[in-house]
Amino acid sequence: MSRVWIICGRELRTTFGSPVAYILMAVYLLLGGYFFYSDLVFVLLMSSFTPVSGLWQWVFLDLRLVTLLIVPLITMRLFAEEKKLGTLELLWTYPVRDAEIVAGKFLAAVAVFIVMLAPTTIPCAMLYAYDPFPLGPLLAAYLGLVLLGIGFIACGLLVSSLTENQVVSAMVTYGILVFFWFLTWNEEAANQAVLRVLLGLSLFDRFFNFTRGVIDTMDLTFFAFFIAFFLFLTWQSLASRKWRGVP
Amino acid sequence: MHQPIHSRIIQSGIMISLSGVTKRFGSFTAIEDISFEVATGEIVGLLGPNGAGKSTTMRILAGVFPPTAGSALVGGHDIVTDPLAARATVGYFPERVSAYQDMTVESYLRYVGRMKGLNRRAAAEQAGVAMDSCALGAVASRLIGSLSKGFRQRVGIAQALTGQPRVLILDEPTAGLDPEQVAEMRELVRGLHRDRSVVLSSHILHEVENTCDRVIILDRGRIIAVDTPVNLNRRVQRAGRVVVEVNGPVEAVRQHLAGLAGVASIETQQRSTDGAAAFIIMTDRDRDVREDIARSVAAKGWGLRELRSVAFSLEEIFLALVHHQPPAHSQRDAAGSAHR
Repeated sequence: MSRVWIICGRELRTTFGSPVAYILMAVYLLLGGYFFYSDLVFVLLMSSFTPVSGLWQWVFLDLRLVTLLIVPLITMRLFAEEKKLGTLELLWTYPVRDAEIVAGKFLAAVAVFIVMLAPTTIPCAMLYAYDPFPLGPLLAAYLGLVLLGIGFIACGLLVSSLTENQVVSAMVTYGILVFFWFLTWNEEAANQAVLRVLLGLSLFDRFFNFTRGVIDTMDLTFFAFFIAFFLFLTWQSLASRKWRGVP
Repeated sequence: MHQPIHSRIIQSGIMISLSGVTKRFGSFTAIEDISFEVATGEIVGLLGPNGAGKSTTMRILAGVFPPTAGSALVGGHDIVTDPLAARATVGYFPERVSAYQDMTVESYLRYVGRMKGLNRRAAAEQAGVAMDSCALGAVASRLIGSLSKGFRQRVGIAQALTGQPRVLILDEPTAGLDPEQVAEMRELVRGLHRDRSVVLSSHILHEVENTCDRVIILDRGRIIAVDTPVNLNRRVQRAGRVVVEVNGPVEAVRQHLAGLAGVASIETQQRSTDGAAAFIIMTDRDRDVREDIARSVAAKGWGLRELRSVAFSLEEIFLALVHHQPPAHSQRDAAGSAHR
């Protein structure tokens, strides 16, 4: 277990030792801040009632977009870089389980994401100081965003383990995530039975409830399953060297 | 449950034991039915052309992947049923030497120590020991990405040494180094083995010949010979080889030498301007004709300038084994050193 933290720690040192992490965080914060501001202005202009009830939905649907944009850039190097360098082969010769390697990398990416997300609470706190509002819906929305981000990370981790090219890693992750986004876009393209299944699988439909302040156990289960599924596939992807060999 | 095997192995001093190891990737068979043992303190060389299965064998020993069939014990631990314990006894140097480019040499080696299960203090201490034995002290705080190939190669060795493993698996440790670095690396490897078992691979035969106690020759996934370099030499040798340079009438000398008992064939190698000529003589097996040559040449009143027996290089032996024919019939490049 301690090796999970050693891998995680090395990952974090690498991430925060390079300018890339700071650029990603700055972009995330800038876009997040801009959306917060424009959504606030929009809600104030368009609605005659108290701003916050409808605000979170707009803000978090926008943050979801920024998260989709940034997370694959965090996850793209996790395995791809080690495969390219050849250091992954060395990891396999140390007394560490594949599951521990996956867990260490996964936790490091989650930590980066949380650190990136943290400053977005500042405008919320400022608004709260100006005009206190019930915190429940905001916390629900944050929970949803964290789960969504972790889901993206699990997906990105898998793709990163399949290639040694970081650009390919990021692009394929975008492809998969956008596919999950548009899964239910055109309701006419699928019949009702299929649509019901697709709705159940759509990450973004699942996320929508959280932005309304609703925490549904079905949604929690879905995200838990989604994350576990991709982590399992990542683990299997590492194990595939046993029958595919090492390039 | 492995305790009995474990103690037996340690008592007999066998650190590595492969038995009937086969590895397949899909329909491709990388190695087939490989069996050998390596004792404590022994340096064994794996030799073979590209694609012979050297790296696959070494990766199995290092724990990268398990064999498809057969069993392997490393440090007394079964690599299939007890992979983490087996890996803990092994230091591995991969063919594609690699390390995190953005870490300093020292912090990287500490990280490796921690991954191998050392606590913080032991890891720091071990990093120091490994840097000392690989002469990396001067670059301890440099980023690995900024180091020269030779230094990076040494970081790879230091990485393998971290944690004092009892088994070292070195896949082509001298590949891509210049001759001076090769010599340094050879010294380094030779200094490593005292209480360890070392398996190293190479396609440079000269190197294995000079470093290893025993050589295993692989070809197309199978072992085709296992022996000491000296014995291998003896085993495949159908003939001895003698170089003799005589100052005298070339044709007469040649005919005389060819007529001596035990001389199988003779070839005129070169003539110098003053009339002397060098000949390469293939002799019957286990027959030393040198004294006869010396005596009879002197008796004829010719000048004997050089007379020496030339061993077959591993390269010649190797080619002979791979192509299933003895080196005696290939007389190319016999007088000069066949080392490259």
